[in-house]
Amino acid sequence: MVGDDFGFYIDPQRCIGCRACVGACAECGTHKGRPMIHLDEIDRLVSTQTTPTVCMHCEDPICAQVCPSDAIKRSEDGVVHSSQKPRCIGCQNCELSCPFGVPIVFSGLEQMMKCDLCYDRTSEGHKPMCATVCPSQALLFVPKHQISAMRQNQPLNEFTIGTLKVRTRTALMVPDPGLPLHLDAALLMVGGGF
Amino acid sequence: MAMPPNRLDELSRAFGPHLNLAPPGGWEANPEPDKLVKTHCCFCGQQCGIQLKVKDNQVIGFEPWEDFPFNQGKLCPKGVKRYLQGNHPDRLKHALMRTEQGFAEVEPEPALDRVVDEIQSIQGRYGKDAFAVLSGVSLTNEKSYLAGKFARLGLQTKNLDYNGRLCMVSAGAGNKKAFGIDRAANSWADIEGAEVIWVTGANVAECAPITTDYIWRARDRGAKLIVCDPRITPLARTADLMLPLKPGSDCALTNGILHLLHKWDLIDWEFVNQHTSGFEETLEAVKDCTPEWTSNLTGLPIAAIEQAARMWGEAKTSFLLHARGIEHQSKGVENVSSCINMVLATGRIGKPNCGYATITGQGNGQGGREHGHKCDQLPGNRDIENPEHRKYICEVWGCTDEELPRKGLTAQEIMNAIHAGEIKGLLCLCFNPLVSLPDTEFTREALSKLEFFVVLDFFLSETAQHADVVLPAALHEEDDGTSTSTEGRVIRIRKAVDPPGDARPDWEILVDIASRLGRGKYFDHFTSPEAIFNELRVASKGGTADYFGITYAKIEQNMGVFWPCPDLDHPGTPRLFEDKVFFTPDKKAHFVPTVWRPPMEVVDAEYPVWLTTGRTVFHYLSGTQTRRIGFLVEQCPHPYLEIHPRLAELHGIAEGDAVEITSRRGALVLPAKVVRTIRPDTVFIPYHWPGALSANRLTARHLDPVSKIPEYKVSAVRIQKTTPDRFSPELAELQRMAFEARTNQPVLPEQVY
Ligand code: SF4
Ligand code: SF4
Repeated sequence: MVGDDFGFYIDPQRCIGCRACVGACAECGTHKGRPMIHLDEIDRLVSTQTTPTVCMHCEDPICAQVCPSDAIKRSEDGVVHSSQKPRCIGCQNCELSCPFGVPIVFSGLEQMMKCDLCYDRTSEGHKPMCATVCPSQALLFVPKHQISAMRQNQPLNEFTIGTLKVRTRTALMVPDPGLPLHLDAALLMVGGGF
Repeated sequence: MAMPPNRLDELSRAFGPHLNLAPPGGWEANPEPDKLVKTHCCFCGQQCGIQLKVKDNQVIGFEPWEDFPFNQGKLCPKGVKRYLQGNHPDRLKHALMRTEQGFAEVEPEPALDRVVDEIQSIQGRYGKDAFAVLSGVSLTNEKSYLAGKFARLGLQTKNLDYNGRLCMVSAGAGNKKAFGIDRAANSWADIEGAEVIWVTGANVAECAPITTDYIWRARDRGAKLIVCDPRITPLARTADLMLPLKPGSDCALTNGILHLLHKWDLIDWEFVNQHTSGFEETLEAVKDCTPEWTSNLTGLPIAAIEQAARMWGEAKTSFLLHARGIEHQSKGVENVSSCINMVLATGRIGKPNCGYATITGQGNGQGGREHGHKCDQLPGNRDIENPEHRKYICEVWGCTDEELPRKGLTAQEIMNAIHAGEIKGLLCLCFNPLVSLPDTEFTREALSKLEFFVVLDFFLSETAQHADVVLPAALHEEDDGTSTSTEGRVIRIRKAVDPPGDARPDWEILVDIASRLGRGKYFDHFTSPEAIFNELRVASKGGTADYFGITYAKIEQNMGVFWPCPDLDHPGTPRLFEDKVFFTPDKKAHFVPTVWRPPMEVVDAEYPVWLTTGRTVFHYLSGTQTRRIGFLVEQCPHPYLEIHPRLAELHGIAEGDAVEITSRRGALVLPAKVVRTIRPDTVFIPYHWPGALSANRLTARHLDPVSKIPEYKVSAVRIQKTTPDRFSPELAELQRMAFEARTNQPVLPEQVY
């Protein structure tokens, strides 16, 4: 069991694009060399902004809803797990339907693998691997009651995607409107830099 | 004659770089470790705590070390994948000797005999100083100390210097002038409580990734962040104030800030009057540095300069951090001094949440620069030309003053002297000058002139390819010792596994060579790293970098000890200057006037674009280690040219296009990375690669007159779009390697560029 009182928070504003999370995720013994985290460069022409995607652990997971063989389970502590191997038929419905693009069906493995909040670690009182190593703490795993004192920006865990309302265990930190966003060096210079 | 003995393709087939993609036995093996070894990452000055998983004398993975106070489990990708440098197919396991047919593996004894014969022959013919040592600060404190003693008393040469000359020497010189001591003034804990954080010339997110979290924790408590850099680095993206100044104009900015602090009377007069000297001369030097003047030189708007001065001046607490950006310049020391002047003028040092530090770059960049590793230095950060200091070290070492050489040449000057034929023999350890020194082709010519060249290394670095003899050395995780982190915290490096084959820790090899040279009386008692450390403690006693009160046991009990620590009961010193007493002769902090002058090379009609170079988060220094780790190569396989779209458009350059970049030293062709995050008059290239892809083909051997650091951060270049067939074969090979790292398939199906 992962303590109910612990929350996972993703703050892309802090992400430095180092991919320590991706590299550390791949070290896990349950998915051997395959990272479950997606780390995207948004548009390098415009910005250094990168953003990590880990499983949001939906309260009513869409991946599980669409699974024809009922292979995807959500445990009581709110963690949505990889597909159960004996049931999984590798149909990729989950991959296609997840609004956050999390599950991956690995060819050759015939199983959907996804972030399970490092169940082996978190159920023993450790943090997930990515949130342990993340140098900027863009990935943060802390008791839920601490978040408002720790951060100036707010967690968001209700998303409207098309007509769908999704509530998630993991929260996204809303960008702090108080912080500027510097995109173009030329705009910060006298005469645009030439 | 030290040209590479094989064809380059033969060398790379035999010695790499190849990629290590997976732990020993492959991912599926997934064995239970026998033990977890608490040690530190080797890939930057932050020295993050990490636990290495060990099974059957192999490092098979890592586990975060959450109890270690500095990083609390955090690691950047280099730390996460550092374990893959062990069990590597390229690892040197036997001594190599150059033959007509290329490198041949030889037994350790004949290799050492040959080294000793050649040293004696060269020194017999040309004098002791004709044999030089170049060392490096990825070495532990023990090995750094030993390298200094080995050169002076083993080889009896004055010409020893180290790759910290390319890294922290400007900061060291600036700190010694102002404070009489060369160490971060604070532990990083003081960052968290600061109201304003000023980061200048430091790509914190990529080169000191863990510091990112310290800065964000301060911001969570309301701190304002000011970043000065020609590029909007990942940390700068959301800074409260971003100042993309012109390369080489750093001390124009800081002088301008001091001018405004004085004009607006944001000076801590009580501190300045009681605890400092030199303020009047310093004010005199900045009296004409008006915002208009500053704006002209830096290219920054007047309003931004004034805002920065207000934010800095009105704060009650602050932390100023700088790194190579301001230090890698022909006025690196002045840039450092001008930052310190800003700190001293506001009196915000030596108290909680008030601090100042250079962010040390190399693994043991701090400890490795304190104990006689530099051409002008003796242990305890003593001065080799100071009679008192010499006397003390002669007593500790049991030698006479005549036996102790005097000041020698600095790293670049050693290479210049090799090129000029004045130095004939070289022993190089932990240093890859062919990639890391400026003006690559000059370095290559110099190495080819050596009569004898011996290298100690664990991989055949590009420099080692020029050696006559290569002695296989141990990795960081194959030996015990200590290092000192960027905070000044002395920590324990623990041995996890034995070195493979005939590889041995560098200290054992140096002790052996010294004994064979008949100098065993100074070295034979070194039977373990701890024995070396215990002599280092005594040798440092009474110096500014005083380690006497630090023992291995004390480090282990306290998760590190901050020097100075003069006696065994002393708890160590996380925050310096709390009593407002400085380590200068008059015990005051010294302002140093900094009159602005331009860089050694400035843009002109022929070379109209500024070039600046630096690191990426995925690689360490010359890349000897990180260019061999699959994950890191996958993320960042090869260098590129960062260029603003406005400049790119002028030259018809689009993303991925081949661009030829030419300076007065040389040229290279790289793919363009078009980004708005860099000044339009400036381009950037990361420097971790060799040969045709080496950024240092373009940089100049212009040195700071005091610190002798090369001006890596400011060169003038011209750029021209060219055709993809001009891309070098090396680039294609690196693209193939990135594909291999991603897919585990060694053959690239089609060219990407
Ligand atoms: S480890 Fe953290 S900072 Fe680095 S890429 Fe992942 S989320 Fe971003
Ligand atoms: S390279 Fe530096 S920041 Fe990265 S893990 Fe190693 S010590 Fe930490």
